[in-house]
Amino acid sequence: MEQLISSGQEAKHGGVIHPAWLRIMHWVNALAVLILVGSGWTIYNASPLFGFEFPREITLGGWLAGGIQWHFAAMWLLGINGVLYLLINVFSGRLARRFFPLSAGALFADIGSALRGHLSHADLRRYNMVQKASYLFVMLVSVLLVLSGLVLMQSVQFPLLREFLGGYETARYIHFFAMAALVGFVIVHVAMALLVPRSLLAMVRGR
Amino acid sequence: MKTQRIDPQTADLIVRDALGELHIPARRAFLRGAVTLGGLSMLTGCSISDEPSIESMLMKVSRFNDKVQAWMFDPKRLAPTYSASMITRPFPFNAFYGENKAPRVDAESFRLDVSGKVADKHAWSLAELQALPQTEQITRHICIEGWSAIGRWGGVPFADFLRLVGADLSAKYVGFKCADDYYTSIDMPTALHPQTLMALSFDGKTLPVRHGFPLKLRMPTKLAYKNPKHVQAIFVTNSYPGGYWEDQGYNWFGGS
Repeated sequence: MEQLISSGQEAKHGGVIHPAWLRIMHWVNALAVLILVGSGWTIYNASPLFGFEFPREITLGGWLAGGIQWHFAAMWLLGINGVLYLLINVFSGRLARRFFPLSAGALFADIGSALRGHLSHADLRRYNMVQKASYLFVMLVSVLLVLSGLVLMQSVQFPLLREFLGGYETARYIHFFAMAALVGFVIVHVAMALLVPRSLLAMVRGR
Repeated sequence: MKTQRIDPQTADLIVRDALGELHIPARRAFLRGAVTLGGLSMLTGCSISDEPSIESMLMKVSRFNDKVQAWMFDPKRLAPTYSASMITRPFPFNAFYGENKAPRVDAESFRLDVSGKVADKHAWSLAELQALPQTEQITRHICIEGWSAIGRWGGVPFADFLRLVGADLSAKYVGFKCADDYYTSIDMPTALHPQTLMALSFDGKTLPVRHGFPLKLRMPTKLAYKNPKHVQAIFVTNSYPGGYWEDQGYNWFGGS
């Protein structure tokens, strides 16, 4: 485990870009998100917040009970995986090393070069500022999804959290918009990974 | 297409499925197995849906979630209450049938049947129930579909009633049977929660037919499908009684 976690030495381990624990967690998270979004859309369709429904073909669970069963099973996957991910990242120092410092100037410069198609991925061991910002963003969105989800699931048992998020009904909107932000991230993330296939490969085999 | 062998469990599901379709057509797809995991089933070339093992795995997680909710349930923690100005008007009707199909229970001949692990098994008339000390609350009613509505219910604290009839308070479950053939069951800690009411009134008036005349069990700590309307029989038991929706896949504890 020591070796698995000492990602600080990753450059010295024969050019490993993503350590094994991170790759496993990445794909566990991807599966959890896929299940949670698909089943979440089934639950949404049972009582739409807005004037539209998600097409049944892209939902999971078939009907409300199925959607809820999937949702409340995959939540464990996302929650446990996510907490472990954050703990390992914080205590190994990886979070500070790979995601900070943030710089607004560098972010705009990187967005500019990304839009012109010149964003460098020469060294996959170093995240550019767009990556740093968007990965931190999706971590925050995921935390918000979990917290608002807890309020929706057990609003009576989490009084402080419920009031902090503005009550049960507000938590529904927060959960929805956080989902939309997460799905938006996934679309861009997958598109970028396909544009730079080496990055996808690195997340599969580590280098 | 391979030929499908039908085992008794599947046959049972098919029969229940057919019966259930009368109520909600969409659920057919669940048992037929139309659980398309987005593009994943296309990517892997197989449908995860036809796997009974997945259905049983999900059911096991749901049972595990029951235990987690029972563990999390704080018998003293109260659901938030609201002011009269926040009551949702009109308060929505929701059931597995249309509003015009709600059962009309005759007030005079109504008797609440009390059975199982209780000392006093006499059947209660509506007048007898109305003569018991009453209380009122304005709480949020949360549907498993996601929507919620604030309503005002009045009635007899269920804990008082259970003590009055000498119920075995160490029993696991309290079950309910209703005039519309609905049935459900709850855990004893929730039955004894101070906000769990045998509701006889709604919004200051006699409980209307659409909201469960003559008797509804109202629990702001549980989702709406756990709050039975038109209750005719109450029983205390240690054997799991299930429920109308719970038997079709809704989570049994159903905390909110």
